[in-house]
Amino acid sequence: MATVTATAPAEAPASAGDRRPYRIRQGLAGWAFATPFTVLFLLFMAVPVLASLVMSLTDLRSTDLRSPLAVEFVGLDNYTRLFEDAQFRRAALNTAVFVVVGVPLTMAVGLAAASALNSGLVRFRTLFRVGFYLPVVTSIVALAVVWRFLLDPEAGLLNNALRLVGVDGPNWLGDSHLALPSIIAMAVWRNFGFLMVIFLAGLQTIPAELYESSKLDGAGRWAQFRHITVPLLRPTLLFGGVVTSVGYLQLFEEPLVMTRGGPLDSTLSVSYHIYNQFGFGNYGYAAAVSYVLFAAIVGLSILQFRLLGSRD
Amino acid sequence: MRRRDLVARASLYTILGAGLLVVVGPFLWAVLSSLKPEAEIRRIPATWWPEAFTLDNYRDLLSRLDFPQAFANSAIVAVLTTLGNLVFCSLLGYALAKLRFPGRRALFLVVLGTLMVPSMVTFVPQFVMVSNLGLVNSYGGLILPFLATPFGVFLMRQYLLSIPDELIEAARVDGAGELRIFARIVLPLCGPALATLTILTFLASWNNFLWPLVVATTEDKYTLPVALALYSVGQNRIDFGLVLAGAVAVLLPVVIVFVLLQRHFLRGIATTGLK
Repeated sequence: MATVTATAPAEAPASAGDRRPYRIRQGLAGWAFATPFTVLFLLFMAVPVLASLVMSLTDLRSTDLRSPLAVEFVGLDNYTRLFEDAQFRRAALNTAVFVVVGVPLTMAVGLAAASALNSGLVRFRTLFRVGFYLPVVTSIVALAVVWRFLLDPEAGLLNNALRLVGVDGPNWLGDSHLALPSIIAMAVWRNFGFLMVIFLAGLQTIPAELYESSKLDGAGRWAQFRHITVPLLRPTLLFGGVVTSVGYLQLFEEPLVMTRGGPLDSTLSVSYHIYNQFGFGNYGYAAAVSYVLFAAIVGLSILQFRLLGSRD
Repeated sequence: MRRRDLVARASLYTILGAGLLVVVGPFLWAVLSSLKPEAEIRRIPATWWPEAFTLDNYRDLLSRLDFPQAFANSAIVAVLTTLGNLVFCSLLGYALAKLRFPGRRALFLVVLGTLMVPSMVTFVPQFVMVSNLGLVNSYGGLILPFLATPFGVFLMRQYLLSIPDELIEAARVDGAGELRIFARIVLPLCGPALATLTILTFLASWNNFLWPLVVATTEDKYTLPVALALYSVGQNRIDFGLVLAGAVAVLLPVVIVFVLLQRHFLRGIATTGLK
């Protein structure tokens, strides 16, 4: 094919394919283009998604991989076990707190940053955009390592700064009441830049005349924000909320690197629990927990679409 | 009135500047601290600017963490994953956008349906699959599950829809084969989409953690985040200088590339996010 030169049109009618009906030819071409992706996709995505569901109904353990016949079908046992598992309940609670507190906070900061940068009188806008976006593109593991150091009770930046003003800072990650809030703060710090970019793009689609005419009607900044910005930005806010919630429900790297889920399971997340169960070799149980997490992700997304989606 | 404007402007810049300091501060602090000897890092009160600049932490990184190997692993995995996605996603994206074939709609819906499936749901059976193929702790195992991602297909399809059909029809009338039309006419028009896909896939792979953590079982197959995380988690009293040097080495290449290409990054995010 690649050797065919500019004179190709002259040879083309000779190819056998041309005599076949156009539709069949296109159908074959379509599948030829689709096959490489589809094979990989089936093998590593579609089959695992379904296999996960089947697995969650069995007692599959890591030791069974060599002898699949020893695996037994246990129905919904894994799912009922889940609700008796105190560690899972704690993980679910922690994850819920992380999402319920973290998502609105991140959205608020992202929207504030986007509004500030959209107010027209900002120079160095690129500098701010790049700076605020920096944590989003960088490795979460590396950032978690940096934050673990930042929050260190002795050597950390935060407590050193507090010492300058005479305050003795607590052991942020070592206190079971402060560890999760610290991780929430880090998540807001890391993720608001993403929402800022999304919201900024949304804000720029709102016509400036709307603000001008409302100003003539005597509307203040806050009234403009509430009655023009928020309603017109609703689809963008919805998108940002769903994406952020989906990500936050999967909290994993931060507790793993910063607290190892502690102290006293106060930062154990559902994803971390799945990973631990996988590590113990409880594949069937891990799959069941992962499906519960999946259901929560889908459920929360639907809920947000219902509450924030267009009302017409 | 002018006075009020001035006050508003000053307060806006103060808030934005403070925000910038909070966001960028940790990066600077990490870089500066990684250049201090361990004793100075732990000194109270802390020094802001290093009193004694040293590269010892970076030297240790090379000898103790088997860092060059991890760096190479991360690079190999990210490059191959990106190439695979460019090829497979643009092929399927083109078929979905421009070719009529039976099952097209169903295929698109299935791929779209898995767009939101979290990696936490798939990693256990993926691991079982990879281990049955005998690929645990190999590059194949690290790369294969990420070669064909639904997001890439979605991105390419959306972009390809905007290419006029007439262009492709004209080439067909001229007798060009489908593969030739794709490679010579369609692909050259996909520059922006391919650039976005390259950036996003490379980054996702470079920063990916869960899968390499599960699949790489010996140090010679660790990627950077895995090496860094396992080292920092494995110690009760960690060597801050060493760990920070490792974090800086993971962060810095991405930060540099991002600052240089920021326009492409941000445009890519905004357009893919809103479509």
